[in-house]
Amino acid sequence: MSEPIIEMKKIEKHFGSVIALSGVSLKVMPGECLCLLGDNGAGKSTFIKTMSGVHKPSVGEIYFEGKSMDFECPRDAITAGIATVYQDLAMIPLMSVARNFFMGNEPTKKIAGISFFDHKLANEVTMKEMKKMGIHLRSADQAIGTLSGGERQTVAIARAVHFGAKVLILDEPTSALGVRQTANVLATIDKVRKRGIAVVFITHNVRHAMAVGDTFTVLNRGRTLGSARKGEITSEELQNLMAGGATLATLEGSLAGTI
Amino acid sequence: MTETTSTPPVKTDKPDERVKTRSSFREALIRPELGGICGTILVFTFFLLTASDSGMFSASGVMNWSIVSSQFIIIAVGACLLMIAGEFDLSVGSMIGFSGMSIALLSVVFGLPMWVAIIATFILCMGIGALSGWLVIKTGLPSFIVTLAFLFILRGLTIFAAISTTNKTIVGGIKDAAEGDWLAPVFGGKVFTGLFQWLGDNGWIETFERGFKKGQPVVDGIPMLMVWAVILLIFGHWLLTKTKFGNWIFASGGNAQAATYVGVPVNRVKILMFMFTAFCACVFATSQVIEFGSAGADRGLLKEFEAIISVVIGGALLTGGYGSVIGAALGAIIFGVVQQGLFFAGVESSLFRVFLGAILLFAVILNTYIRRMITGEK
Ligand SMILES: Nc1ncnc2c1ncn2[C@@H]1O[C@H](COP(=O)(O)OP(=O)(O)OP(=O)(O)O)[C@@H](O)[C@H]1O
Ligand SMILES: [Mg+2]
Repeated sequence: MSEPIIEMKKIEKHFGSVIALSGVSLKVMPGECLCLLGDNGAGKSTFIKTMSGVHKPSVGEIYFEGKSMDFECPRDAITAGIATVYQDLAMIPLMSVARNFFMGNEPTKKIAGISFFDHKLANEVTMKEMKKMGIHLRSADQAIGTLSGGERQTVAIARAVHFGAKVLILDEPTSALGVRQTANVLATIDKVRKRGIAVVFITHNVRHAMAVGDTFTVLNRGRTLGSARKGEITSEELQNLMAGGATLATLEGSLAGTI
Repeated sequence: MTETTSTPPVKTDKPDERVKTRSSFREALIRPELGGICGTILVFTFFLLTASDSGMFSASGVMNWSIVSSQFIIIAVGACLLMIAGEFDLSVGSMIGFSGMSIALLSVVFGLPMWVAIIATFILCMGIGALSGWLVIKTGLPSFIVTLAFLFILRGLTIFAAISTTNKTIVGGIKDAAEGDWLAPVFGGKVFTGLFQWLGDNGWIETFERGFKKGQPVVDGIPMLMVWAVILLIFGHWLLTKTKFGNWIFASGGNAQAATYVGVPVNRVKILMFMFTAFCACVFATSQVIEFGSAGADRGLLKEFEAIISVVIGGALLTGGYGSVIGAALGAIIFGVVQQGLFFAGVESSLFRVFLGAILLFAVILNTYIRRMITGEK
């Protein structure tokens, strides 16, 4: 596996006068899990949004399967095979679980030449995929708004896994999950990776990162602070890197080893 | 904590112990249209009790309020889909006046064949619909403001065009211009005339006793207006609930950003819905112009509010993302029946507004309650 599935070169993103990203580069290989770490506001979400077609980078290039790509909108990225779980989940509370699950990718069936939304198939697939993640829905018809935060997050993950053909991007997917569901998500990442799909996994939890990551990249204030491969770095070192090195040592002193 | 990667024990498919089983009757009741259904029943009961001997439920009486209701349905279907997609169109009433006048001027004053005038008007109006949609998207302004501007622009243009070409605000002569045209009957004609004649001959519906229409049934066919209402209703309901595009309509109105993130072409959906609303206004106007034989610059006044009220009575959420076309049609029927029913019952017509306000309030309160039941919000 020599060719990266996706390569980002010197990505910059400016929002008016705010410079959210100032030259971040990285590449992801097929079947590899890249963990993206960093403090709040480091630019992780902004970075993956340039990957998924939400933002156009102000400067920089994106290569997908070796070809220069110019995603105009998320639909282009999805068509290319990139599925994303956004931090805010991109769910519509008033719509049913199944309608949310298939939003933008609705299954259709033809009856007498007219194309219909295949509700039956949508409901079945949704129930099945949610069951795989360890969530037992009452029915696929219930509104997303009636689910708990973690259940909602699981729907978003299940949806991305289902449609993520080549690259799966997860922006803090485990932030609201219980122990069993977190274990499930990490197991899913592992499974997906073994199928040859590239995973970009954003988290604040070093243990989660160490459990599934092949490479680690730490962002800080819109720049790459450091990168490492699995085995080259211990979790303590990673933790220090994330918190900006020295600061954690002083913190640890004052908090008497509670973190 | 060590991460385990074993999957949890698989449960069997027994019903979830954490769900109270709701009876299927209750389940069937909890739907966006419930407010509309209750309102319709209430309104019909009221008039059956108070106005049954006034001729409201005779063949011609039924036809009377059905036509008015159909008019409301036509514009309500457009307004409903647009509202679910998260936008408003306040220019519907002005669009009705504008398109009617456009047909009249093109055919009567400029002498174009009627079908050319009708098709050109549809293209023009849907173009204007697309323009307001495009403006809403490009400027990011609320559609409320953009279409309010079009409310004035279109009404002003209508009056200006009528005065500057004919010196009048009412342009007649459409009946003659539509004579022998192939497209005009699609909007102004009647169907099933044979069936109604047969019903009349057999005495099942009343016939005229004297005059030049002696022997003809009082209701001599179903006006195309009603056929259009049914077609648009079925189309709207099918589009919203049974197609992929319907899911996009819900998604665009529910949360445009989330919808964009997962690849829904939100802008396209919204612009198309603006165009569909304009199309519905055009159907309304064309039928009216051909039926009346004239176009008036003040036609369609306040129709936008009547459409929006019908939609809201029908259970749609003003903020978008939720609603039902069937509900909107029931709202339109309530509207039409109340308006004509009070006339039959001989009630002072100013009370229409009181009655309407009360129904609106009742339906909206009920709908809010139903919506909470569905979504589980507090
Ligand atoms: N649309 C926007 N307009 C202006 N500034 C933005 C926008 N989106 C992000 N930013 C800014 O860019 C910076 C990076 O934000 P981003 O959401 O990428 O951080 P993050 O690393 O994902 O943080 P967290 O861990 O809290 O999710 C922040 O300072 C934020 O204020
Ligand atoms: Mg973030």
